Amino acid sequence: MTLGKGPPVVIPNFGQGSSCVRGDHTLCWSWVRDHWHDTLGPALVQHIELTAIAVGIGFALAFALALAAHRVRRIEQPVGIIAALLYTIPSLALFQFLIPFTGLTWTTVEIALVSYTLVILFPNIVAGLQSASPDVLEAARGMGLTRMQTLLRVELPLAVPAIIGGLRVAVVSTISIATIAAFLLPDGLGYPIFLALKDPTPFKTEIYSAGVLAVALALVCDAALMLLRRTLAPWARRRLA
Amino acid sequence: MSDAAEIVFDNVTKRYEGRGGDALHELSFEIPAGAFCVLVGPSGGGKTTALKMINRLVSFDSGDIRIDGRSIRDLSAVELRRGIGYVIQQVGLFPHMTIGENIATVPRLLGWAKERTRARTMELLELVGLENGDEKRYPAELSGGQRQRVGLARALAADPPVLLMDEPFGALDPITRFRLQTELKRLHREVGKTIVFVTHDIDEAISLADRIAMLRQGGVLAQYATPDELLAHPADDFVAEFIGGDRALRRLALKRLSDCALAPGSSSEGDPPAPSTMTVRNAVSLMLERKTEALNVADGDGHILGVFHLRDAEDLL
Repeated sequence: MTLGKGPPVVIPNFGQGSSCVRGDHTLCWSWVRDHWHDTLGPALVQHIELTAIAVGIGFALAFALALAAHRVRRIEQPVGIIAALLYTIPSLALFQFLIPFTGLTWTTVEIALVSYTLVILFPNIVAGLQSASPDVLEAARGMGLTRMQTLLRVELPLAVPAIIGGLRVAVVSTISIATIAAFLLPDGLGYPIFLALKDPTPFKTEIYSAGVLAVALALVCDAALMLLRRTLAPWARRRLA
Repeated sequence: MSDAAEIVFDNVTKRYEGRGGDALHELSFEIPAGAFCVLVGPSGGGKTTALKMINRLVSFDSGDIRIDGRSIRDLSAVELRRGIGYVIQQVGLFPHMTIGENIATVPRLLGWAKERTRARTMELLELVGLENGDEKRYPAELSGGQRQRVGLARALAADPPVLLMDEPFGALDPITRFRLQTELKRLHREVGKTIVFVTHDIDEAISLADRIAMLRQGGVLAQYATPDELLAHPADDFVAEFIGGDRALRRLALKRLSDCALAPGSSSEGDPPAPSTMTVRNAVSLMLERKTEALNVADGDGHILGVFHLRDAEDLL
């Protein structure tokens, strides 16, 4: 056990903690309690912000692109391919590429995160908009709904389950991917993990507590979206029943 | 909005793009206000095409269609459609809306007050034989027959003078289909709309229609007549063949004993009398079964109205 080793930014000085901390057990509640306010709490809030901004912007972009693709079918495939290509770029490589332009900033991280959400959200929203069956669309047309009314009253409501399904995957994967922001910034749940790993003898509690928080955040968001789907699309639940 | 409207096809022609021949060829006929007109014929005859022209889901190249004297091109397609009820085979209910919301679609588009829409929805539920409380259910919770009842209610919601029905009962089992046919006839008598109905089933056409327009390949009108005329005097071999060999019996099926002149008195046959609501076709069948040539006819209370003879059936033809 080495004391005070590693870079000066290391927050936990676990040599002074409880026996659990000094022995580097798997998960020390005392450390979690002591460092909630200076480490874990702020990291969690930052992580939520990173995710919310990424999914928010990604959703707005994907939604606009999906509406365009719904109207002009031939742009669907090119947009889908571009989104898939963006997804294949390793995040660290993407950071390296962006840093000359946007620096070590949240912008750099968000550009990467947003581009990853597109590959999930865009196809899901398009599929949702196209899920109205031909006879439903013919009935809508035959009753005198305009194209805009058909979109707003029929196609969009019918797309809700697919859209929320896409959001669930996007949110959960963004929460996971957002930990890599720590390579650029001292923010998010990735940072405590990043710090601990820099130490030759990583402090387990710091890694696990941040990891568990990320998983818990993902589970809570997923459950919230499931609830949202039930509220917005009660008809879909009944059909499954 | 009037109760019913007259529909006139005036020399309507539609050509297929890039293909020889017409989808519809110089189609001209008039459907009187309040009539139940069935378009019938083989596939490729253009009956659905003709139907969808009335609410401009399909365009035509020349000629005109007028509803109550007014060309359908005078209105915007959207306005026109809101004034015409439309029912299709697959129903096309909106799965994310309750039955009540589905029925209220056109009234909402027309901006009806909530109270009026609600009252109308409840009225229609009853009219098409659905139960109070069904308005809160979703389409996925209904059977095929119930869904088509909702489709009918939805089409009737804004009280349109014209109702277009594209093979509405084609996907239903025979029992449900028969029940809905019977109810549609009753509904037609009650609401007095002009109904244009497409089917490929000649039996359905004969039992529902008061006018039949039979179309043949190439969208040519083969014959336009009442069911009785069509059966008695098919215009040509095509019509005769489409109707089938039992024309005489089909004609008798259109008439009931109550429509016939009965001989006074009663026959000495001991068998129970036939109700006056029985079709002549069934009466003939009954006489053949009983090996008799006379049948006592009774009213609903069992009073003998008179005697129907086998030779009376011949006179009807």
